[in-house]
Amino acid sequence: QVQLVVPMTVIFAPGSVPGDLPRPLPFRDVQEMEISVNLRTSVTSRYEMHYRSTTAREEAALAAATAREADAALYPLQDTALGSLTMYVVPETSPLLPQGINVYVGKHRSALVRAGGGLAALQARLREVTQLMSFTASSIAAALSDRVPDGQLGPDARRNLKSSLGYEITFSLLNPDPKSHTVDWDIEGAVNRFVKPVLDKLSLVANFSVDSQILYYAVLGVTPRYDKESSSFLLSAHSLPHVINPVEARLGSSAASLYPVLNFLLYVPERSHSPLYIQDKDGAPVSTNAFHSPRWGGIMVYNIEAPASSQASLPLHVDVDMARVMEVFLAQLRLLFGLSREEVPPEFLLESPGNEGLADWELDHLLWAHTVENIATVSTTLTSLAQLLDKIGNIVIKDDVASEVYRAVASVQSAVTELSLGHLLAAFQASKEAVTCSERAFFDPSLLHLLYFPDDQKFAIYIPLFLPMAVPILLSLAKIVRETRLQKKEPTKMD
Amino acid sequence: FQDQTEQFFRSGHTNNWAVLVCTSRFWFNYRHVANTLSVYRSVKRLGIPDSHIVLMLADDMACNPRNPKPATVFSHKNMELNVYGDDVEVDYRSYEVTVENFLRVLTGRIPPSTPRSKRLLSDDRSNILIYMTGHGGNGFLKFQDSEEITNVELADAFEQMWQKRRYNELLFIIDTCQGASMYERFYSPNIMALASSQVGEDSLSHQPDLGIGVHLMDRYTFYVLEFLEEIHPASQTNMNDLFQVCPKSLCVSTPGHRTDLFQRDPQNVLITDFFGSVRKVEITAETLSLDRDVPGLESKFPEEELATEPLKYAEQLPVAQIIHQKPKPKDWHPPGGFILGLWALIIMVFFKTYGIKHMKHVF
Repeated sequence: QVQLVVPMTVIFAPGSVPGDLPRPLPFRDVQEMEISVNLRTSVTSRYEMHYRSTTAREEAALAAATAREADAALYPLQDTALGSLTMYVVPETSPLLPQGINVYVGKHRSALVRAGGGLAALQARLREVTQLMSFTASSIAAALSDRVPDGQLGPDARRNLKSSLGYEITFSLLNPDPKSHTVDWDIEGAVNRFVKPVLDKLSLVANFSVDSQILYYAVLGVTPRYDKESSSFLLSAHSLPHVINPVEARLGSSAASLYPVLNFLLYVPERSHSPLYIQDKDGAPVSTNAFHSPRWGGIMVYNIEAPASSQASLPLHVDVDMARVMEVFLAQLRLLFGLSREEVPPEFLLESPGNEGLADWELDHLLWAHTVENIATVSTTLTSLAQLLDKIGNIVIKDDVASEVYRAVASVQSAVTELSLGHLLAAFQASKEAVTCSERAFFDPSLLHLLYFPDDQKFAIYIPLFLPMAVPILLSLAKIVRETRLQKKEPTKMD
Repeated sequence: FQDQTEQFFRSGHTNNWAVLVCTSRFWFNYRHVANTLSVYRSVKRLGIPDSHIVLMLADDMACNPRNPKPATVFSHKNMELNVYGDDVEVDYRSYEVTVENFLRVLTGRIPPSTPRSKRLLSDDRSNILIYMTGHGGNGFLKFQDSEEITNVELADAFEQMWQKRRYNELLFIIDTCQGASMYERFYSPNIMALASSQVGEDSLSHQPDLGIGVHLMDRYTFYVLEFLEEIHPASQTNMNDLFQVCPKSLCVSTPGHRTDLFQRDPQNVLITDFFGSVRKVEITAETLSLDRDVPGLESKFPEEELATEPLKYAEQLPVAQIIHQKPKPKDWHPPGGFILGLWALIIMVFFKTYGIKHMKHVF
């Protein structure tokens, strides 16, 4: 029932047009694919492609020296609506793409694809790129994870953050040994310089609020092992799950906000346990010295270099290198949202998004998944609300609940329409509105129904009350009826 | 280790919640509060933080005037184990423990002014442990000696939770008389239930303590607590062992369990899946490369304060007026049809039987 439409433009640079095109340029084509989630639910994806050749300005831009410069020059010439994609096909011998790389994906919504091997090979490559930049069958299945029968999803499908209207991000500095270390972190500056640009880019997706705190004497729940060879302390991978719990009790959370909380903890090990490294399952130390837990947040261990002289006076003053810390935390934030760059084929080169944190197409990726998830949530909520109201006839539905339901239905219909027209941003906003209204309607406090009257309770309560009262009344009624009948038979005696 | 990761992924949950309810009040029901606090203590020890526990205690035993050892609640006689401790966080206390509030917590239909600690903010990847104790009967559980929750209402509440995917898996434990009747009507998937006694049997209490003067614990929860004291966060004990706790020889009643709605085999379900909070963890292998020479943006955090005029002390509503406000008169409604009809019938029968003339004898 839901059709996801991706408007695409495929632009052929001179010398890259494959010989076996079905029609001369420019022409339009449509490719449809069905993603079936379960027996009753399926999502159709429709790629509306417009093939054309380059304009003069695009050719000039493609004459740049590197792919990155070409991408930057082409950006102003593109259609930058959310959800749309632009592919530039460059000749096989083009110097733009380095050796061995067939696809370059830029920071925005475009990619440079190397031609070669005829139309079929080109189309296969284009399909790979578009799926990477918009959505794949597995990302849609993950968004609809509660409809997929168990066992069909991979283990990573249910670990992304659920679509929510807002998220609360808390940065915590854990200093278990304040006698030895005085740790200073410029969290406000770091948030302004590094975190805000990323959150600004993500502000389309949800509202974010950021807090920070410093916790003293907060220890990890696990004692690290001392390793003689590297003369350092090691935390093995299978003890990591037990690290979080003792700390979590002390983290606190805002009492007023109901948004999911993402915790990012920076742990400065005690002097007696320094330096502390995290081991992965093969026993090698992890380069980032950090780990994260899906839907919860991440922890990074920040080791302090031992002072040059062992006579240095305690406590040592430490200034945390916030840039290094934020590189890890922001990478964890991306992974929590499900934006991973690990499963990219080796012939692809992805441009780093820099300080913005995520590329435009990654934002699109999130928006596609969240929109589909929101639409599915709204339909489940409204269906179950309707079933509840059918089953319990006594519930009184207030006017505002009814109006929220109408608004939710209208919004979800508009979201589906916008998706079928290819307007991703409008569809996402409509789906967000639909989710807000439907949640408000479903969780309205007035819909609690407590009156369950089983038949035996009715008998048990009402019969002892009314039966003794009714006996004399019924007997008297019978007497009255008898008397009137007798009176009718005999005429009244007149004196 | 590979097996461990397989098991982690098999359980499919990312967080744990616990809703622990004690429904009886009065000093002689000390054991119900001790039951609930024992489970609370185990659950906290195994890792579930207070922010994920909703604890409802219908009466205050620790500070009860009849408690000879104030600020303690013991679960073993001779005062061996104080389950009250010094970091208990009770979310619903005393008269706030009602059927309505309990159902509101479960279904999430809570007024917007409720603080976060009183809410069950679970999602579709939460495993929830629900423990209830008190006085019960065949098909109901008594709350506060004044109302009851029936097994049908409970089953419907769980179905509401399932519809909104407020749980991944649910473990329901009940320690009351005829406890098995409370889980008979469940029909939502992924629920496992344990009860301390079958229909028709009473759950008995364990030991009285002569120093405190009341029974301290119920048998079933006593043996469950003993069992849980052996569990630590990394243990691999599974649910089948929990089912064996408290056989008839020790408990006098026959504990029951129900697993037909649960999708996994109880053999594969770890105790810590519900009682503890073992998180799935992944090593962070990627980093973002940031340009360090970015100038700081000005703090663009929006000032969201509305411009309000400063209030003066004298402008507040005078205290006398607040104290002596009369309650709003409730609208008077004429009596409804049924009552009116009944009265009419009674009066008519009276007059017909005794006649109008004899009315003067009445007045």
